[in-house]
Amino acid sequence: MHHTAMSPSVPLQEMIRAIRSARTQCEERGVIQRECAAIRAQFRQSDNGGRSHNLAKLLYVHMLGYPAHFGQMECVRMIASPRYSEKRVGYLGAMMLLDEKQDASLLITNSIKNDLSHSNQYVQSLALCTLACMGSAEMCRDLAPEIDRLLRASNSYIKKKAALCAVHIVRKVHDLGELFTPAARSLLAEKNHGVLHGAVVLITELCERNQETLERFRKTVPDLVQIMKGLVISGYSPEHDVAGISDPFLQVRILRLLRILGRNNEGASDAMNDLLAQVATNTDSTKTVGNAVLYETVLTVLHIKSESGLRVLAVNILGRFLLNNDRNIRYIAMISLQKIVGTDHNAVQRHRGTIVDCLKDQDASVKRRALDLSLALVSASNVRSMMKELLLFLSSCPPELRAQAASGIFNAAERYAPSQRWHIDTILHVLTTAGGDVRDETVPNLIQLITNASELHCYTVHKLYRALLTDISQQSLVQVACWCIGEYGDLLLRGECQETEPVQVTEDDVLDALETVLQSHMSSPATRGFALTATMKLRTPLSLTANTDRIQSIVSIYGSCIDVELQQRAVEYNALFRKYDHMRAAVLERMPVIEKNSPGHTNGESTGEPIKDIQTLKVKQGEPLLPQQPANQVLTLTQMHVV
Amino acid sequence: MFSLISSFQMQFMLLFSRQGKLRLQKWYVPLSDKEKKKITRELVQTVLARKPKMCSFLEWRDLKIVYKRYASLYFCCAIEDQDNELITLEIIHRYVELLDKYFGSVCELDIIFNFEKAYFILDEFLLGGEAQETSKKNVLKAIEQADLLQESVSTAPFCDIFTNI
Repeated sequence: MHHTAMSPSVPLQEMIRAIRSARTQCEERGVIQRECAAIRAQFRQSDNGGRSHNLAKLLYVHMLGYPAHFGQMECVRMIASPRYSEKRVGYLGAMMLLDEKQDASLLITNSIKNDLSHSNQYVQSLALCTLACMGSAEMCRDLAPEIDRLLRASNSYIKKKAALCAVHIVRKVHDLGELFTPAARSLLAEKNHGVLHGAVVLITELCERNQETLERFRKTVPDLVQIMKGLVISGYSPEHDVAGISDPFLQVRILRLLRILGRNNEGASDAMNDLLAQVATNTDSTKTVGNAVLYETVLTVLHIKSESGLRVLAVNILGRFLLNNDRNIRYIAMISLQKIVGTDHNAVQRHRGTIVDCLKDQDASVKRRALDLSLALVSASNVRSMMKELLLFLSSCPPELRAQAASGIFNAAERYAPSQRWHIDTILHVLTTAGGDVRDETVPNLIQLITNASELHCYTVHKLYRALLTDISQQSLVQVACWCIGEYGDLLLRGECQETEPVQVTEDDVLDALETVLQSHMSSPATRGFALTATMKLRTPLSLTANTDRIQSIVSIYGSCIDVELQQRAVEYNALFRKYDHMRAAVLERMPVIEKNSPGHTNGESTGEPIKDIQTLKVKQGEPLLPQQPANQVLTLTQMHVV
Repeated sequence: MFSLISSFQMQFMLLFSRQGKLRLQKWYVPLSDKEKKKITRELVQTVLARKPKMCSFLEWRDLKIVYKRYASLYFCCAIEDQDNELITLEIIHRYVELLDKYFGSVCELDIIFNFEKAYFILDEFLLGGEAQETSKKNVLKAIEQADLLQESVSTAPFCDIFTNI
């Protein structure tokens, strides 16, 4: 035990013990009620020397979640007490029980004002702390001149607190920034780290709120650089050392201020270039604290107008972070890389391998970041290998990421597909793996893609037929499969196909498959609609009478289906069989190729570069291009099925 | 003209046990008691649901949460969008070190039975959510002096013999 540690408050500790030994919630409430009654009684009595103990008890009770507003006035009274012990607990109480939204908080303004000019610095400290914690706009306006005075003429202990108090005041009342600017400027000459730290925080706040102020403070960049240099290359300073880094807290704040001053300004950015390079190179990255400084350095480098060499250095630091054993560091790296993947795309590409590895990280947030970043890094030159990794990820990724992954893969595939066959295969792979998580537009989009790849109709229908035999649970896959079978049934039955192994498919096989879909409890009404229409369309290619009869009987069964949509279709199809057989062939003819007009589409045949529009878009936004669904011309289900 | 003001403020710090019992709450933004309770409840639940292998940062509402478990206590800070998570971890660590030095091998019970002191120490380290003193030694010295002042039983309650730091 530290020998000068304060002696414990016995009454308080006794009460705490009593509360903790309560065995049930009910019992606890009982104890608390009794205690509160006693405290209330004590408050009403005149000064008995135990006031601070009573208030402390009440604050404990309040922390447990019980009401304590009857103590608010006691706080006000205690703050006005001449006894330090009472002031201390009184101010603590004020910070816990009063907030600026309550009227009672105004009552302490006068006490604070008095205590700000108290002869004892520990009393001043209480007032400063409370004002900085909960001062309302009105209180801030009232006391700002006092704070300014303290900024100029007091010891370091008070100055450092006054600086942060000023920060709070400026956050509450922006205009008061003007008042503190002169004092803030001179504080930069102080040697005391606490004061310097406070000064830097204050100047940062002032510059963020006022453009003119910022321009004036740009002149301090050389001074800040000097201070930083002193910290980085100075000898060991035990008082401020953390694992070999001299005052990392101050370093981080200076770096942050430099960032704000260097943003959009070449002169200022140049003046800090060497320093940033020095910090980036010399800071020990084996401990978290060093990485904290490096991280802030990277942020600064990337936000100012830095030389390309420095930028590369910064991105490389992030790349090293990705390899760090510490998960926190990897996460930070990912976030930062995400922010610059648009502006520094090539630099980030160099770390693609590591980023892809992070898809396998245990932490879901790291995984999510890795997914966003991986999708942003897909390009025409790496699409095949990237897609392999992404599809692998999709098969084992956490459920909450599946929709995002599927959607991202579709967009990347749309943009960079090296060939139509690859594109179709990729989409089918996604539908097989995560069909339940794709968006509704996927089905018509895929159908459109398929109709446009005329040389692949045979390949596609065979592939989809096989998929249907394996699994009919993924609705989107089943719907597309049914549509294709209906449309390209003739190719399926023909047997030979250029791109796949020849396989014998009989008319019965096909009808069996469609009937299975129709009858399965897993099939949604929409899916059944697809299957029914496909069955109908097969009437044309099927030659055996037994099979055409089979089709007719399937269709007529659904004429009395409960689902209105299916019933309507069935009835209309039946009509085609009976009265309008002469029209049937024309009505069930092969669909024309669906028009495509999606922006940014490249098909293997083009140069493989993303088209210029998208590239410009990337640069303009300065942000990673999050995959968007392309604006394809989409035909609705009703437009596609034959009525 | 700034379209977006960078936000670097620490909004609040919470200390809670593995059972979700609150041991300290410091709020640097004005919120009603009801809102504070709601935030506390949700956040405690969210953090306690995290697995040991997950990272110390999570996004919650429009804030970033930085948390670390020390023995049976979770230390949890809410920082704003542009703030540095890694240095916040150092801030948390510094606070734990201060508590440790003051109480001597601090444990949760110390914080429970001496909660007001935990606050006093925090208020000597952070002010308005920002670090006010970066030297461990100086923070501890100030606390020591303030404690002595509180203990003093001289007739003049405010002794001016204590040298100002």
